[in-house]
Amino acid sequence: MAVGNVTSFGRSGLSDWLLQRVSAVVMTVYLVFIVGYILFSGELNYADWKALHENFLVRLLSLFAILSLAAHAWIGLWAVLTDYVTVRLLGPSATAIRIFLQLGMIAVTLSYVVWAIAILWGAGING
Amino acid sequence: MNDKRPVNLDIATISLPITAYASILHRVSGVVLFFAVGILLWILDASLASQESFDSIKETLSSPIVKLIIWGILAALGYHLLAGVRHMIMDFGIGETLEGGALGARIVILAAFVLVGLAGVWLWL
Repeated sequence: MAVGNVTSFGRSGLSDWLLQRVSAVVMTVYLVFIVGYILFSGELNYADWKALHENFLVRLLSLFAILSLAAHAWIGLWAVLTDYVTVRLLGPSATAIRIFLQLGMIAVTLSYVVWAIAILWGAGING
Repeated sequence: MNDKRPVNLDIATISLPITAYASILHRVSGVVLFFAVGILLWILDASLASQESFDSIKETLSSPIVKLIIWGILAALGYHLLAGVRHMIMDFGIGETLEGGALGARIVILAAFVLVGLAGVWLWL
């Protein structure tokens, strides 16, 4: 396995390729649902909005969406960083900089997942 | 390996075709969205925490500067989504030729302009 693959999401180009598409479809379903709700439910009020997010199926869809987002961002940013933060473009320190940025990206991604789960499944809206 | 081999992939010296702009915009919008997720989660958090914070985030979202930021996020999202759909259409072997690729890129960029316009109408009207 090439050194460049160590930080990729699925450790193989083919699995990353497929995951990128599956995650995109899941996020699109979530987006159409949420935007559709906001557009067609009229004036948004707190009670309805809260009830929507307490619905088990909506929580499940939201969970799938944030997990998809994490995989999608990881794969996408891996592609961007390994294309541009390279020794050829930035010189010998590029590898260290890229690993640092990739670890930062992974940390932010995982924080998003934990935060989203806390918002949707946490104590805040269990009421 | 000979390190003196010429590399002629200096983007600044190459006249880029429309497909290249479509691809770069897909990447730029993806990176923008990565950071935008933080803003969106913050809004979702505030909107669900309590009636008071729901009212306060609604107030915040009605300010012109915040609306402009949301418009930017929706623009990145709209373009990224359309460019992704184009990718998946190409996965099925449609629009893979040189002409097909250029046409697809043109359609995506035009459709994104329409979508961004509609998002603006939604936010301000």
